[in-house]
Amino acid sequence: MLTTNQSSYDLFCFILQRSKKEKCTFHFHNTTVNIFVAKSKKTLAKPGVKNIVLVDGVRTPFLQSGTIYADLMPHDLARAALQGLLNRTGLPKDAVDYIVYGTVIQEVKTSNVAREAALGAGFSDKTPAHTVTMACISSNQAMTTAVGLIAAGQCDAVVAGGVEFMSDVPIRHSRRMRKTMLSLNKAKTLGARLSLLGSIRLAHLAPELPAVAEFSTAETMGHSADRLAAAFGVSRLEQDEFALRSHTLAKKAQDSGLLSDVISFKVPGKDIVSKDNGIRPSTMEQMAKLKPAFIKPHGTVTAANSSFLTDGASAVLIMSEEKALAMGYKPKAYLRDFVYVSQDPKDQLLLGPTYATPKVLEKSGLTLNDIDVFEFHEAFAGQIMANLKAMESDWFAQTYMGRKTKVGAPPMEKFNSWGGSLSLGHPFAATGCRLVTTVAHRLQKEGGQYGLVAACAAGGQGHAMVIEAYPQ
Amino acid sequence: IKGDVAVVRMNDPNSRVNTLSTQMQREMTEVMDEIWGNNAVQSVVLISSKPGSFIAGADLNMIQACTTAEEVTGLSQEGQRMFEKVEKSPKPIVAAINGSCLGGGLELGLPSAFDMILTGRSIRADKAKKMGLVHQLVDTLGPGLKSPEERTIEYLEEVAVEAARGLAKKQIPLTKEKGLMQSNYFLAEIQDYVMSYPFVRQQIYNTVQNKVMKQTKGLYPAPLKIIECVKAGVEQGPTAGYLVESQHFGKLAMTPESKALIGLYHGQVTCKKNRFGTPEKEVKTLAILGAGLMGAGIAQVSVDKGFHTILKDTTLEGLSRGEQQVYKGLNDKTKKKSITSFERDSFLSNLTGQLDYNGFNKADMIIEAVFEDLSIKHKVLKEVEAMIPPHCIFATNTSALPIKDIAAVSKRPEKVIGMHYFSPVDKMQLLEIITTDKTSKDTTASAVAVGLKQGKVIIVVGDGPGFYTTRCLAPMLAEAVRVLQEGVDPKKLDGLTTGFGFPVGAATLADEVGIDVAAHVAEDLGKAFGSRFGGGNVEVLKTMVEKGFKGRKSGKGCYIYQPGLKRRDVNTEALEILESYKLTSSDSDVQYRLVSRFVNEAVLCLQEGILANPVEGDIGAVFGLGFPPCLGGPFRFVDSFGADKLVEKMRKFEEVFGNQFTPCQLLLDHAKDPSKKFHK
Repeated sequence: MLTTNQSSYDLFCFILQRSKKEKCTFHFHNTTVNIFVAKSKKTLAKPGVKNIVLVDGVRTPFLQSGTIYADLMPHDLARAALQGLLNRTGLPKDAVDYIVYGTVIQEVKTSNVAREAALGAGFSDKTPAHTVTMACISSNQAMTTAVGLIAAGQCDAVVAGGVEFMSDVPIRHSRRMRKTMLSLNKAKTLGARLSLLGSIRLAHLAPELPAVAEFSTAETMGHSADRLAAAFGVSRLEQDEFALRSHTLAKKAQDSGLLSDVISFKVPGKDIVSKDNGIRPSTMEQMAKLKPAFIKPHGTVTAANSSFLTDGASAVLIMSEEKALAMGYKPKAYLRDFVYVSQDPKDQLLLGPTYATPKVLEKSGLTLNDIDVFEFHEAFAGQIMANLKAMESDWFAQTYMGRKTKVGAPPMEKFNSWGGSLSLGHPFAATGCRLVTTVAHRLQKEGGQYGLVAACAAGGQGHAMVIEAYPQ
Repeated sequence: IKGDVAVVRMNDPNSRVNTLSTQMQREMTEVMDEIWGNNAVQSVVLISSKPGSFIAGADLNMIQACTTAEEVTGLSQEGQRMFEKVEKSPKPIVAAINGSCLGGGLELGLPSAFDMILTGRSIRADKAKKMGLVHQLVDTLGPGLKSPEERTIEYLEEVAVEAARGLAKKQIPLTKEKGLMQSNYFLAEIQDYVMSYPFVRQQIYNTVQNKVMKQTKGLYPAPLKIIECVKAGVEQGPTAGYLVESQHFGKLAMTPESKALIGLYHGQVTCKKNRFGTPEKEVKTLAILGAGLMGAGIAQVSVDKGFHTILKDTTLEGLSRGEQQVYKGLNDKTKKKSITSFERDSFLSNLTGQLDYNGFNKADMIIEAVFEDLSIKHKVLKEVEAMIPPHCIFATNTSALPIKDIAAVSKRPEKVIGMHYFSPVDKMQLLEIITTDKTSKDTTASAVAVGLKQGKVIIVVGDGPGFYTTRCLAPMLAEAVRVLQEGVDPKKLDGLTTGFGFPVGAATLADEVGIDVAAHVAEDLGKAFGSRFGGGNVEVLKTMVEKGFKGRKSGKGCYIYQPGLKRRDVNTEALEILESYKLTSSDSDVQYRLVSRFVNEAVLCLQEGILANPVEGDIGAVFGLGFPPCLGGPFRFVDSFGADKLVEKMRKFEEVFGNQFTPCQLLLDHAKDPSKKFHK
């Protein structure tokens, strides 16, 4: 149902754009007219705004950290994704204007991993590259940066992507030890050096381990997710059921060859990898046996209903529509409106999708019913269930979001139907591109018009993007 | 009742917090009986329906309502019976505690544990878990489908019910790790063995008793009685122990110390309210002039309450020192883990340090904390008034200068008010607000609102030299100087004053306040009030200041202060100065000489209308000047000591020293008529 206030000419055009039947109410010249018209088949193209398209997207298999990728470096994975994209699209290496890559846990030797990976993947050394970071929505940020560069007329073809490598993370010396070591560099005399060495105590040798924890609150993400689930009354059973659903659907998608964005990757010294290895459909009984991982003993978030530490990289090719067509590509989807949101990093750390979804829908002039394909990032089953409950709650919308009514929860049959981060894996900065590519593929496969990507991220941030199928 | 778990929700409809009242005890016993009678119930959960409060302890009003020790003993025994009932429960009980759980509340909360001796310390939840006081922690929740408070309690109840069920089915052991349990068991064995020797026990009692005596100087009877209770319990068995406990509790409730402390509690609650109503405009931006000890201290207690705070000084060095003080204050809290480093940073983002008047056009209140000199204060007031918006309040932080003198150059005297903070601002609870007859009611309401938000206990007093607190302190310090001149060693003087119940000795206090400030105040007030404020020779203080002995801040005063050293030596050079002003010793009751002048001045302030009521007088003296809390403040002291006895003592001193000890009219009235009391 739609209520608008338009001139009769607009109305005419509007009706023409629709093909499926739907009741619409129009108000114009103080008269209310009800007409049965098609369900939205209109395009979200806006006059004066460039159409930006997703040409294609690929990813390396997502593997549990510490498995086959264990001896690589982050830029190796990124390289594999970039090369895979080149192979898949047949893109000339010098046709890319710019490369943007996301990463979360930085390898200090390759802090601009975008540039190192691009060089290593054989892109022209004349193509500049930069790295962005925004926790779990880093590659979303890479993609929207690309969209921005194209929309502003500065570039025509941009590669975006993201990489995360959890098999090796920077473990640092303690601050005291680092301070001593740095002073040691500056010490001029042997005496000064010896006295510095003598000041080292056993306790200074204890390393600093990185943790998936908020800097501002020092709370680990799993702990926060558990509290969030409790706040929304999400039971352990619901979480386990959702996790099982994710694994089951992922398995099905994998077996029926739907995960076509996955490229094969010959790991140096190991075999060719061509499948995600974290998909493990289990039984409810087995899952129920697990002890809570964060809040003990009464918590509900367990290893089985959380996303696991993953290694992986993804990459997409984004172009202006004209350029893509000029180069002879058949694009997969339009990248349309997107939003970033942020809220309290303590109690609403993982509620990004709840805040971002209504905002981006409003921006596009769509409702939840217009969306055919939903791809939400599954950080924790409890987090997804909490978001679904929040989106379904008028009280929450009114009290915390300043909205009159709820936006509504997505129907489950359209939701993450090829699995999600819980089962496929979640290499933090690579997930965003996987979500967008999956939406494009699902729209093609299922014949839908609009898709919605939404994700939460550390720091209490969130993102959502509307994707429109490219006419077949 | 949820399945086989009974949930007992405590909610006192008449109060903000739950207390252990007679009614509550009765109802609890009834409920417990019912639960034991019900076979369907396997376990119990005790929970409070009030967010943030389990049980705040015994009902003070209930104790106050008792007139005899026997009545209180009776109450105590009833309470014991209730606790015993909970403790001996055949069905497991889980106490689900959300928020404060004090005194008897804690005893109820920990039925499976032990009878407790409580110090006045507050323990954070995670600490309590480590100490083994609680078994399981439940996190507070954020927004969900209901308000966070409501949902947190619900969640707590759900978790508690599960735990109770687990306990009843013996699925959850009470003590968790095996290794820990064994080592505890081993320790307990040794403890039992050792404790079986009466000699060892006696030794422990003595050690504890000595420690208590050292801390309380025997002025607070309760801790000693607690030791006696434990002793009786251990030596003669629990029944005798409980009996002794209830009897002692009854006796203690009737002591003047108990009355004094309960009085202070009620007074403090009163002084945490704004009797001037809600101000028209809420203060959001606060500008503080002068980044000295006081200015920075005021900034520190403001930034963490959400005030946007401008801290202005005239020199970069001064400003830097002030900002460092604010940072250090907050960082110390971070180190103690009472705030996170992130909270520290976000609090500090409320602070703007600057040398100019930029942004003063948006300030809602100015608090001036520049040097105590009328001409400087005038200059600052005029400068600032040219920069601030019309609604902005000008508060002056002074310990002695009359506000009306400062306000004399103001174009808007109705917006001028005194806010006397005490050093160190972040530790001292009192704020003395001084109004002139021109200060508007809204200005006062606003100042009180700001002070309350800063977490202060507030007294509002009339204008006059020294207001209330400084005016009471000055004669006592004058007397202290005289005592020193008479040849009493500063350490001896400190011992005498702390022995009376002051938390800080008179000589140390002078060093803390600053000898220069003391000299300044003594001279000013001496001029204003004449010979009544005499006593010690002001020249003593002046000579000390000339020599650079300004107290703690300059490293030397009555004592020598060395950074990092706790031990302080008496400043022998100061003794030389005292020697040169030596008076013949009049060797009389030093303690009462000091206290009677203090008390007389306080009563005079009430008589003159500087004080609105005795409650604020007591609160101001205890929280601002460290008047012995066990005496409850100068007015309660007169009530309990007897005005007639005090007047009698003063008359004796008057014969020796003159009019400094002449009792004021109000005190004489009370002496004549024993039925007159300051506190009903």
